[in-house]
Amino acid sequence: MTEILVQTPPVLQGPSEKERKYDRQLRLWAASGQAALESSNILLLNSGSGTVGVETLKNLVLPGIGSFTIADDAIVHDEDLGVNFFLDESSKGKSRAQCCTEFLVELNPEVNGSWWPKNPDDQRLEQLLEATQTPFTMILYALPIEPERLNIIQEYSRQHQTPLVAVHSAGFYSYFSVNLHGAFPIVDTHPDDTATADLRLLSPWPALLDFTKEMTRDIDNLDNHLHGHLPLVVILLHYLDLWKQGHDGAYPANYSEKVAFRNAVSDAMRRDIPEGGEENFEEAVAAVMKHVVPPQLPSSLKQVFDYQPSGSDDTKSGFWIIAEGVKQFYNRHGVLPVPGGLPDMKAQSEVYIKLQNLYKDKARQDAQEVLATVRGIAGGEDIDTAEVELFCTNARFIKLVNPADGRTVDLAQAVEQQLANDEIAALAGPEMPSTLIPIYLALTATSHQGVATAEQIVASIQDRVPAAAGNERVQKAAEEVARATGGELHNTSAVMGGMVAQEMIKIITKQYIPIENTCIFDGIESRCQVLRL
Amino acid sequence: MAATQNPAHVEPTNESARWRLLDQIRRNPGPFTDPSAADEESLANFEKMKILGAGGLGCEILKNLAMSHFRDIHVIDMDTIDISNLNRQFLFRKSDVGKYKAEVAARFVEQRVKGVKITAYNNRIQDFDETFYKQFQLVICGLDSIEARRWINAMLVSIAEDGSDDPDNIKPLVDGGTEGFKGQARVILPTITSCIECQLDMHAPRAAVPLCTIASIPRQPEHCVEWAHVIAWDEEKPFPQLDKDDPEHVTWLYKKALTRAQEFNIPGVTYSLTQGTIKNIIPAIASTNAIIAAACCNEAFKLATSAAPCLGFENNYMMYSGNDSIYTYTFKHEQKPDCPVCGKQSRPLEVDPSTTLQALLDSFAVRPEAQLKKPSVRAEGKTLYMQFPPSLEERTRPNLAKTLAELGLENRQEIVVTDPAFPLEFTFYLVFKS
Ligand SMILES: [Zn+2]
Repeated sequence: MTEILVQTPPVLQGPSEKERKYDRQLRLWAASGQAALESSNILLLNSGSGTVGVETLKNLVLPGIGSFTIADDAIVHDEDLGVNFFLDESSKGKSRAQCCTEFLVELNPEVNGSWWPKNPDDQRLEQLLEATQTPFTMILYALPIEPERLNIIQEYSRQHQTPLVAVHSAGFYSYFSVNLHGAFPIVDTHPDDTATADLRLLSPWPALLDFTKEMTRDIDNLDNHLHGHLPLVVILLHYLDLWKQGHDGAYPANYSEKVAFRNAVSDAMRRDIPEGGEENFEEAVAAVMKHVVPPQLPSSLKQVFDYQPSGSDDTKSGFWIIAEGVKQFYNRHGVLPVPGGLPDMKAQSEVYIKLQNLYKDKARQDAQEVLATVRGIAGGEDIDTAEVELFCTNARFIKLVNPADGRTVDLAQAVEQQLANDEIAALAGPEMPSTLIPIYLALTATSHQGVATAEQIVASIQDRVPAAAGNERVQKAAEEVARATGGELHNTSAVMGGMVAQEMIKIITKQYIPIENTCIFDGIESRCQVLRL
Repeated sequence: MAATQNPAHVEPTNESARWRLLDQIRRNPGPFTDPSAADEESLANFEKMKILGAGGLGCEILKNLAMSHFRDIHVIDMDTIDISNLNRQFLFRKSDVGKYKAEVAARFVEQRVKGVKITAYNNRIQDFDETFYKQFQLVICGLDSIEARRWINAMLVSIAEDGSDDPDNIKPLVDGGTEGFKGQARVILPTITSCIECQLDMHAPRAAVPLCTIASIPRQPEHCVEWAHVIAWDEEKPFPQLDKDDPEHVTWLYKKALTRAQEFNIPGVTYSLTQGTIKNIIPAIASTNAIIAAACCNEAFKLATSAAPCLGFENNYMMYSGNDSIYTYTFKHEQKPDCPVCGKQSRPLEVDPSTTLQALLDSFAVRPEAQLKKPSVRAEGKTLYMQFPPSLEERTRPNLAKTLAELGLENRQEIVVTDPAFPLEFTFYLVFKS
């Protein structure tokens, strides 16, 4: 919502070299997202056949994370060269961590890479974690992994509240899971452009009404040019006012009233003109169902307002204080702060810009009021205006990922639920895709030891989830995982490496909406399923 | 046996050890695998496969094909490396800017993965004929223009039709595309399953801003950029030819757009917006490209080895979206019986007989199922309008102002539309609206 001061002479030189290099991604996450990426420090704890983690790092080094470390005590063998692209003949017999790091940093000279262990006799992971000066922003580990190592990394991640990602890729199957340690609010969720307009037609403020009255005072006698350029906002506000006068001050509320209102707007269109109709009235008619709606509190924001942070949540951040400020604003006015955007619509330039400024001014006023409230809340004294404005602009689309809502997921229950859904889906017909949870069960049966027979995998699944016993798809998933003998297929790991990097970018930049919390990929059917497990 | 003396003390790579994990999958059919996939004959066939890759997902595709143990890979790309490619096209370095993509990528992957042979062509796909395309068993594309996709699709369908007696003429086409956090991967079995042309309405063109808005009532920063681009440039011709990659040209447009924006008090014109608008820049990131290219190569590997069922006969299309959680939709896109490329029937074209030929031609550019920018039209026995050659264009130009009725066209009459961008004819029959 930063106002562009058109009076100041603009900077006319083109973009810097760095802006040109990152142009295609800056269009997605802007300079703020890029800055977050550039200050991030990522740890990959590698194991197994070792490709999926390195493919993930490739997709993080390219957009420009700050630094990464690969912890991996494997030595490169012939079979690594058949699955990992970031090794070659010269790597054989050397540290896999070192060779991959050296090839990865070639991709982007702005990224720092390091590896561990420097000394092959050093096997103590704690030593790496203790020696790290800048704390890790995120940690990724590849499965299968030794239980002791897993404990160390989980303990560190919990202590430092470092988001932790696990990834497992074997044959055509893979999954990854994200552990965010507590609620993770996202303000900059980037909703679709078509969803963001909030015209406040049923809760207009005085300045907007005055503007409408001024333009429509003599609407029937306007010349065709002016009539044909009234913005749809003005048209709808004018006819809503007329509607109210004929309906005891009430707005059209239900569907049939809205249809009647839409017809009234349509009837007001001039048709006795050479074009046979008016584009702006057509736009207004098309906007009725979507925009003639009372202001609502979206359930995702209500969840934020009602949220009781638990012990593991980060409540010190400005987010919760601003949320309290916006909640108080909502309680005072019964509406959220005006977001301030105005979609394009047929209008004369000058009229459109005036209208646009009305929305912007109102948004600025509302944000100022929220800011005043926020400053009065303990801890809110130093909160940045820009942060409040961003919150107000995006309020309707704010998303609380991973809330501690008391729902602890029991794996056995989740599986039962999924398998029961499958039975219903099977009745509905072949179009309903079946659950991918058998793949997750089969892979997690090999979390610590990649090579296992189908029988061993099935036995492990039955131990954890008795309900899965005898399920044909579970049996097949076990056979498919057994077939891979713990080895990765490069393509499966490359797909996963893309998805894991994408999710890590969302978490690091706090933009877009990350998965909650497990994504399973089936490379045979070429599809995914996201489940909270 | 004595070890080979090697100055770097590197043991020669044991090929069977190198590909152990891949061979493990190929030699051990799983519960979904056709058991014949592990026959010696199938295993040997894969070694002889010749595969063609093309387009903007090229780096990822080459890496993945080489790591899938395809041995004979060909790659076509006419583009040279731009600095804005470096955030995702990972085989290129700053020092490579200006060089041919196909060449640099091929040499890099050959160097990294010993034993793979990659042949690079610094060409447009349209530079090659049927004989060239017939040598491949599989084509995998990450092309960034819909025109190029339609061209290669029509080529492969025509190869399949001309040689319908030989199943080797069915060259599966694996196609991938991305836009920001979204993308799609699809498999086409030419003439057998839904083709790119059948699926054309999935890529409807964006609505253009009306010229009168650009010329007289701008409201958005993009309107000011379009004004600079289509009106100011033409009037002032500051350089002989507009080069959208030349920073000097873009800066000129940016300044013009900015002046116009100031005149109307329109905020938001930036250099980046100017460049994005005139070049129709689509955001692109490493992660989405990795996902889509690998999904495509996974299909190519399954098609070539039968190591697992692939997309094709049943489901043939995977839609991917990663901006809000992760979502895939994998489904079967049905073949259209009236597809102008792979179908046998001509398609209905609903028109008002009082439409002028010019208006009909203009409508071909925006109809989602046609999207033809330079159409020529003929009906049985008469040429209605030809774009080329100039003499014929001049002779048929007067027809543009006439209505379909005036031209003597009748209800249910067939018309044939061609466009220089595509090696095929579109046959429609007219359906007059009363
Ligand atoms: Zn078709």
